[in-house]
Amino acid sequence: MTGITENIWQAKTVAQRAAEALPESVWFALGYMVLGVVGVAAFIAVLGMGLIYAERKIAGHFQCRLGPMRVGWHGIFQTVADTLKLLLKEDVVPAQADKFLHILAPLFTLLGTILVLAVLPMSPIVHVSDVNIGVVYVGAVSGFGVLGILLGGWSSNNKWSLLGAMRAGAQIISYEISATLALLVVVLFSGTLRLSEIVESQAAGWWIWRAHGVGIVAFLLFFIASLAEINRTPFDIPEGESELTAGFHTEYSGMRFAFFFLAEFINMFIVAALTATLFLGGWMPFHIGDFAGFNAIMDMIPPGLWFTGKTAFLVFLIMWFRWTFPRLRVDQLMRLEWKVLLPIGFANLIAAAVVVLFNFYFFPVR
Amino acid sequence: MDYFLIVPFTLLAALFVFGGLAASFLLAPHRPGKVKNSPYECGEKTIGTSWVQFNVGYYLFALMFLVFDVEAAFLYPWALVFREFGAVALIEAGIFILVLIAGFIYAWKKGALEWV
Repeated sequence: MTGITENIWQAKTVAQRAAEALPESVWFALGYMVLGVVGVAAFIAVLGMGLIYAERKIAGHFQCRLGPMRVGWHGIFQTVADTLKLLLKEDVVPAQADKFLHILAPLFTLLGTILVLAVLPMSPIVHVSDVNIGVVYVGAVSGFGVLGILLGGWSSNNKWSLLGAMRAGAQIISYEISATLALLVVVLFSGTLRLSEIVESQAAGWWIWRAHGVGIVAFLLFFIASLAEINRTPFDIPEGESELTAGFHTEYSGMRFAFFFLAEFINMFIVAALTATLFLGGWMPFHIGDFAGFNAIMDMIPPGLWFTGKTAFLVFLIMWFRWTFPRLRVDQLMRLEWKVLLPIGFANLIAAAVVVLFNFYFFPVR
Repeated sequence: MDYFLIVPFTLLAALFVFGGLAASFLLAPHRPGKVKNSPYECGEKTIGTSWVQFNVGYYLFALMFLVFDVEAAFLYPWALVFREFGAVALIEAGIFILVLIAGFIYAWKKGALEWV
């Protein structure tokens, strides 16, 4: 590592604090864990509502409307009112549906998102748990999401739902490959699977620009593939309102529909946060090699703000896409993945290996 | 400790879902009806069940996915220790990926990647 990169932030996760407190007092350790869990729960609730509000406001302004304006100042409590309304709505389970799986499906979808939030490094201290195989863990638990979608669509015993779920399954597993190939590039660069260490490895510069183009290609691959994995426009075929009514959640109403909706918006945040962590340095300020003066100025902005800024920018980009790109057809979608992104992904992985072999970055690691 | 925290988070997800369900069970009305509980097909009467055999194309893509995902699982440890092994690792992974690409080209030529 280059000179400037001593750890001035003293990153520490909630799990580490709990482990340190354990020998002295079991209650302190438990307290830290409860703090982490309750923190993430509150974060999910606030973030979900905030993102839905942001989406509606941004959509409105893109279309020269004002968006929600009535409930509270500039409609700021609109999502709260909507949530209350959904809570009071009747929860209909179709007569022919597989009731057990129909009720269980939102649990899997939400599980996938909550378990990812547990390992995201949002700032040196706002970080619940830092598992040593973070990247693999994220890939593994986010797989629960597709399970929930498939279960929900299949158990509804509705043709729209089944079509939507099958399309979602095919789409998500296909794009998973490209996302993994792009992830492997970052693992190659940083030589670790721990998310916090991936952030710290970008202290001399973010991976997106440090590797002569390879990083940018990997970033684009990962971002496109992730958009497809969370079924956002232009890849929202599983829901495609104009062809499948509502896709896999056609038969969901009331609170269980709200969970699918919530998971979708939290997933959008997770994709933005993960992309920021892997390619844009996460909470790491914008550093250029060992230009100590410049780096010191950048360090004045707190890391949490850097993370928030990058993530907010990417979330805005995702919302922008929705009003810019038309939806792909299902055969175009599969062609894009298997015949375009996958070959590029393989070529990029080999290129990344060559870059690492000759230590050919801006500001080399060793 | 890092992994142990995943247990409470799993419980949190369950609490979210079942708490929400319980709240809506207590607060929301329950007025089931024959028409209301029938599958939604835009007002048309449903013909048959939806649990049918679906397009074989999905299985084909699932098979392809399996190959490449297992390959990715093999490449994770390779990427992790790449720096220690250097050129040897690059050549070995290169051969590994070339074999896969040969299979990929075969599948492409056979038309396995066409959506039907």
